[in-house]
Amino acid sequence: MSRVLPHPLLSLALALTWLLLNAPPTPGNVLLAVVVGLTVPAVMRALEPRPVRLRAPSAIARLLGVFVYDMVRSNIDVAQVILNPRSGERRTGFITVPLELREPAGLTVLAVILTATPGTLWVQYDSDTGCLLLHVLDFTEDSDWEARIKDRYERPLLAIFERTPA
Amino acid sequence: MNGAELPIWAACLVVLLTVTGAGFALVGALGLIRLKTFYERVHAPSLGATLGMALILCGSMLLLSLIEDRLVLRDALIGLFFTVTTPVTLLLLARTAAHRDRFDGNPEAPPEI
Repeated sequence: MSRVLPHPLLSLALALTWLLLNAPPTPGNVLLAVVVGLTVPAVMRALEPRPVRLRAPSAIARLLGVFVYDMVRSNIDVAQVILNPRSGERRTGFITVPLELREPAGLTVLAVILTATPGTLWVQYDSDTGCLLLHVLDFTEDSDWEARIKDRYERPLLAIFERTPA
Repeated sequence: MNGAELPIWAACLVVLLTVTGAGFALVGALGLIRLKTFYERVHAPSLGATLGMALILCGSMLLLSLIEDRLVLRDALIGLFFTVTTPVTLLLLARTAAHRDRFDGNPEAPPEI
């Protein structure tokens, strides 16, 4: 199993991408998708990626829902900040969030989430201390951003990405 | 079916999705002018790169699915790669700005961590 499919998730993603690009799925396209999924991950061997294991499918679904909701809401919030002329009442600034999450894949997903929700900007992450420096555009409503990031994103990510021994 | 045979409800929905998406992108561009500091301004263009992009792609997928008479999900790949690659640019910009501001001793520089 592991010799034929060293990166099962990558193989699956590549095969699905092939099918999406070459819709509708005729038998020939399906066969080509399987070939692509089986052969292309061999290229990844040169990069020596760390194995990623996903757990807790229910947590993945819930995180996806939270992400889409927060993405839409923060877009509307930031649009209001830009269009609203009363910019004097807005407090903007940096916050430091100490993270427990150390798994590189989990941190990557967290970076994607925080970037895709306008209003939070990932500035710097220190892998020695595990501290994340964020810039927040608008502090006015529910000001506890640290707890918000830890509850909404970090805890599900800890559940999803298995901790691999360093 | 071709574009001219599109039912009116579908045409309205496609227009609503794409114009709303383009509106978010426009507000993002406006934010680049209106916001004052670099760190505030970086937030603005991500409006077009997230919800704006998603709405325009939804409109595009709906239109293509109706015209080609089957489910066309190709555009979702654009959204996926857009979402995965945007953080790289923004992270590099933010890191560079933070480094420059700290080096210059700028009072608005981010705190050390």
